[in-house]
Amino acid sequence: MNRQLTRLAIVAVLLLVALVGATTYWQAWASGGLQARQDNAIQRVVQFTIQRGLIQTGPKAIFAANKKKKVGGQTLFFRRYPQHKLAAQTIGYSTASRSQAGLERSMNDYLTGSNTNLSNAFKRALDKFGGGTVKGNSLLLTLRPAAQRIAQQQLGSRCGAVVAMNTHTGAVYVMASTPSYDPNSISANYAKVLKIRGDCGAGHALLNRATSGLYTPGSTFKIITAAAALDTGAFTPTSTFEDPGYCTEYGKKVSNAGNPDQNGPESFGHVTLLQGFEHSINSVFCNVGMKIGAKTILDYAKRFGFYKTPPLETPSDERAPSGLYKYTKAGRVLDDPKDPSSVDPGRLAFGQTTMLATPLQMAMVAATVGNGGVVPKPYVVAKVVAPDGSTVRDTKPSNLGRAIKPQTATDLTAMMVAAVQGGTGTAAQIPGIQVAGKTGTAETGVNNVYTAWFVCFAPADNPQVAVAVVLEQQANGFGGVVAAPIAKLVLQSLLHG
Amino acid sequence: MPYADPYLLPIAAVLTAIGLTEIYRLGPSDAFKQGLWVVIGVAVFAVVLLGLRRDYRLLENYKYLFGLGAIALLFMPLLPVIGQTVNGSRLWVHAGGLQFQPGELGKIALIVFLAAYLREKREVLAQGRLKDWGPLLVIWGGAMLVLFATGDLGSALLYYGIFLALLYAATARVAYVAVAVGLFVAGAAAVYKGTPHVRTRVTNWLHPWTADKVYCALTGTQTLRQDCGSYQEVQSLYSIGHGGFGGTGLGAGTFTTSSGHQIIPELNTDFIYSALAQELGLIGAAALLLLYMVFVLRGFRISLFAGDGFSKLLAAGLTFGFALQTFIIVGGILRVLPLTGITLPLVSYGGSSIVSSFIVVAGLMLISNRANADVEGVR
Repeated sequence: MNRQLTRLAIVAVLLLVALVGATTYWQAWASGGLQARQDNAIQRVVQFTIQRGLIQTGPKAIFAANKKKKVGGQTLFFRRYPQHKLAAQTIGYSTASRSQAGLERSMNDYLTGSNTNLSNAFKRALDKFGGGTVKGNSLLLTLRPAAQRIAQQQLGSRCGAVVAMNTHTGAVYVMASTPSYDPNSISANYAKVLKIRGDCGAGHALLNRATSGLYTPGSTFKIITAAAALDTGAFTPTSTFEDPGYCTEYGKKVSNAGNPDQNGPESFGHVTLLQGFEHSINSVFCNVGMKIGAKTILDYAKRFGFYKTPPLETPSDERAPSGLYKYTKAGRVLDDPKDPSSVDPGRLAFGQTTMLATPLQMAMVAATVGNGGVVPKPYVVAKVVAPDGSTVRDTKPSNLGRAIKPQTATDLTAMMVAAVQGGTGTAAQIPGIQVAGKTGTAETGVNNVYTAWFVCFAPADNPQVAVAVVLEQQANGFGGVVAAPIAKLVLQSLLHG
Repeated sequence: MPYADPYLLPIAAVLTAIGLTEIYRLGPSDAFKQGLWVVIGVAVFAVVLLGLRRDYRLLENYKYLFGLGAIALLFMPLLPVIGQTVNGSRLWVHAGGLQFQPGELGKIALIVFLAAYLREKREVLAQGRLKDWGPLLVIWGGAMLVLFATGDLGSALLYYGIFLALLYAATARVAYVAVAVGLFVAGAAAVYKGTPHVRTRVTNWLHPWTADKVYCALTGTQTLRQDCGSYQEVQSLYSIGHGGFGGTGLGAGTFTTSSGHQIIPELNTDFIYSALAQELGLIGAAALLLLYMVFVLRGFRISLFAGDGFSKLLAAGLTFGFALQTFIIVGGILRVLPLTGITLPLVSYGGSSIVSSFIVVAGLMLISNRANADVEGVR
């Protein structure tokens, strides 16, 4: 009988070995996946035992803090957002039901101190072992609360966004999106947050319009067309054009009439490229587009960062790439045509067709011109600071490569200055400071309702700050009238304060 | 007991201590009750040792009494006045303030019966005459019937496993095991079709998480399965996953929500393993399972060294039952097989379980004492 008994013993031991194997699976391999699940009631509590790092722009300007509470012998930390609606979409939220957004989501590992790094893991293990509270790292942002507040106040109940950044470093100073919401009310009143409405109707307050709002760039896209025209050597600022009030494309007239962005007469007659830019004349750019072709324009757009999701510390699905879009059954998708000659070059040149851009991308375009042709890499987290005050991560400003020659940038600057001095963007003038800018007033498909833009940087002779402003669904609202004044106030706040 | 196996009692003591500690951590009042049950268990342990110290093999003479006793014990919870339904299973008997699960003792009685009967009939059974199978099938069939009637699937699986193991050990006929496994599969399929209770268990096992809302029988509404039927299993896995390699440390685990409600129901009985795995981590959980392994290996060693068939089969039955019970509950928690609620021997909270486990230890000690004495030529 002993042979059978030995076999039985082997079976019994194998059963127990299987248990060790299964335990190893759940505690080693599957552990991370289990912890990430939303219905994990244990992690819902455990997250509160960690003292999340603060999100702040300075010692006193705190955007995300903690409220301490004793529950059942455990000290729990609950999130609190002292700045309420200010920069809400960028900061995001982290709730008890473990839904997260914004920096709270993308920087969660830093904020909970679980960013993997050997000394960090060791410190954390020691904290846990000693029964102490695990403390997360704090984020120091590049945002300027005063300018941010001005931007949000100016946008008011309108739907829109403002992005301001340092032209050289790419440090983001303002990232405003309206309508906004109060992150404190996410866990208690999520349904209410979803119902927040702006002037544009259905609000989507949770959407970060600054980084994922896609808008027809309209005449602001002329910066890119002009950059391509000058940089390729096909044109100079003094190249002359005959403007009869329209340009002829595919044998048909593309008329200036109905370009709400243009100022002055409908037909300018004999003009230079600079004047065409200054007064935002569509026929001039239509001819430029037909001459250099859609492929060249799209290639230059890519050099400025189009067709790539702009880098930033916020979650990648809260940022969108700019470019041509097409509508499919699956929804709106980025369209990089294999045969660019199929794209209408005349209309692309003044930013209509299916071109869509985010405010962040357009701010990068302005910053690039101000930065002598090199695209600065945007960032909003300046530093990650450990609880003991040491620096965990320090953002070193860098760039995304050169888009245009320095001379092209100089020429573009002159054209953008002209637009603000005597063209379409006069509302952005600041006494004592030269502003370089470009207006945009894009058609929305509804008569007399426009997407209003203003893209600029200042001072023109020593660029510091680039700003992009967009306003949705403006009835008879032109970029130079409604968007430029907002850009002016934000610039003033950033340059003087 | 000078020749008894020296490892069994220390391991049993350590397991009991681990269980008591964790039960105390989860709820001090339960730990006090469990402490009382441990005292009772030790007393029963002593009674068994003293009562059978001369020759436990006389039990063999009362095998049919044990067989019928097993059926009677399993049948008790179904009786009207004293029977009690807890969590959908009718396993409990209460008398006065005391309640216990007679099935736990029935398990041991059944093992004694099987060991004695198989020892006597093993040769003829191996020949396969129908007549000799009668009493065996009657007693065993009765036991299975009662188990299905009480809805205690974990125990049904356990008893079937013990029966198969002993049948194989006694007859050395793999064919019997194959037929029995085939019968089991057929039976299981029939039960699966016929019993919604079983179907739910299997569904929860295979698909504990759903992406879409499904019908929830508990509330009658549409919810995600992880928030309804498989809530307990899923949260228990989260508890284990949270432990990771080193665990949170004893007393530092998270078992209640931020408003103070217990997250996992039945935490200190059926799910004590997930509590231990969270607080002790992979290291602690593996160490715990290693203790069970050593215990099981010692049990089989006793069975191998025992001089007579009855002792061999009894030791093997008690040990295999101990291992299989651990496998069924821990495997159920770890999603190795569908979850059926039974206790983790010696560790879980529960009086009847503790008492019966101590009887198992006593039985193995009696057998080892005799076997080792024989080996050393004392007797």
